[in-house]
Amino acid sequence: MTAVLFLVVVALARIAIVFSFCFGLVVVFTWAERKGAAYIQDRRGPNRADILGFRAWGMFHPLADALKFLFKEDFIPDNAQRLFYQLAPMFAVAPVLMSIAVVPFGPDVTIFGRRVALQIADLNVGILYIFAVTGMTVYGVVLAGWGSGSKYPLLGGLRSSAQMLSYEVSMGLSLVGIFMVFESLRLSRIVAGQGELLFGFLPKWGVVVQPLGFILFITAQYAEANRTPFDLPEGESELVAGYHSEYASFKFSMFMMGEYLHMVIGAVVVATLFFGGWQVPFLADTGFVLPGGASVPLPEILVIALRTGSIFLKSLFFTWLYVWVRWTIPRFRYDQVMRLGWKVLLPLSLVNIFATGLVLLLLGK
Amino acid sequence: MEAVFFILFGAVAVGASIMVVTRRHPLSSALYLLMALFSVAALFVLRQAHFLAAIQLILYAGAVIVLFIFVIMLINVPEERLPSERMTAMRVLGVAAAGILILESALLARRFAMPQPPVAEVGTVEAVGIALFTDYLLAFEITSVLLLAAVIGAISLAKKKI
Repeated sequence: MTAVLFLVVVALARIAIVFSFCFGLVVVFTWAERKGAAYIQDRRGPNRADILGFRAWGMFHPLADALKFLFKEDFIPDNAQRLFYQLAPMFAVAPVLMSIAVVPFGPDVTIFGRRVALQIADLNVGILYIFAVTGMTVYGVVLAGWGSGSKYPLLGGLRSSAQMLSYEVSMGLSLVGIFMVFESLRLSRIVAGQGELLFGFLPKWGVVVQPLGFILFITAQYAEANRTPFDLPEGESELVAGYHSEYASFKFSMFMMGEYLHMVIGAVVVATLFFGGWQVPFLADTGFVLPGGASVPLPEILVIALRTGSIFLKSLFFTWLYVWVRWTIPRFRYDQVMRLGWKVLLPLSLVNIFATGLVLLLLGK
Repeated sequence: MEAVFFILFGAVAVGASIMVVTRRHPLSSALYLLMALFSVAALFVLRQAHFLAAIQLILYAGAVIVLFIFVIMLINVPEERLPSERMTAMRVLGVAAAGILILESALLARRFAMPQPPVAEVGTVEAVGIALFTDYLLAFEITSVLLLAAVIGAISLAKKKI
């Protein structure tokens, strides 16, 4: 009985921690986006909201935003198809939240004499599960575009669904190389494989063994998240705000939340697949073991803290990269986006698979 | 526990499938089809076929239905111009035949006990991959040739000048 109770408590605790991690990162992200945009454009950025005179570098602005979203009128346009209009924001958030379940946030730890994986579910299909559930977000876009009963959202929805479908193909194919190298789809196995050393000194991170795969994957992911330079679905100059033009109040905030969650989870996935996940270079279970033979023993609790801290830092860096790219690169034209997806990324990802297979064959694996 | 989930998802799959053919608006039908595919994927998971479930969601739910919806949105028939449904003799007969079919399969199914859950290893990516490239290689290759033919056909239809 205690065993079952223990499992239930651990499962709930893991879900709660991962959820709060994601939402916390979203809040930090919206703040970082505005501040980052401001500094890149040589401005100060938001710094006016204050609580009792504390401004905290504009950190209270996300809070003010959330309150405003909650108190605005929840408006439904006359022409809207009510059911589809209401369903769309749910499709935008729920699948993205589900996808984080297979990401490992650390090695197995021992709590009260039982081994606990720092991962909600270690599925055999691993990354395919992420593709399966994040594929559902396209319904949020399509239903919003259709259900709003207005022209601009419809155009935005059409553009966006075509774009998401096209880039999903090269996104999936760009990861095949990773699966071939680490011989598994299980994220825990892929992360464990990245703890090895190449030639005795180079960490065998995904980006080291699959540099092309990394570039293809991250490009496809930016398109998938409808993020600049691929944010055609909401090109303000042409489409007002694209598929969510007709949304207000909390429904609009759900679209925003879904978009930022998508990017946060994308960053976590990139860190996991290509940057070693929770692995820290040269850090073994007992402490640092340097290539020269020198070693620095560390207590177990410190090793675990370093490892979970490392995936957190890596995820933060890749969320920052989204901001960096957005305020650096201008938006493409729609036909350019499509050409890039089908005529550049897709052939390159096929070449990548072929080359990876050839190298593995020559190495005799 | 497994039986509870089986009944739940089975009922949702059947109910959603009925809704697919009875809804007036094509977009509603497409969404109910999505629901049915989801429940069938859940049934696959109950039989330990995780790989099949993931592929079902990625391909059918994530791509095929999106294309259906795409077409429905592009054609964009307004609600009042959709053809009105009428009760015809063929339809009544069809419902009766479907009822008999369901009854028969229920009677047939009663003869067999619910099969034991298969061992976890048969539905994994590795197991499916090995089976595809050894025992079912010919079927696999023929399917890929079929898909290639479909791709070529689509291109030659869409392009006026090749």
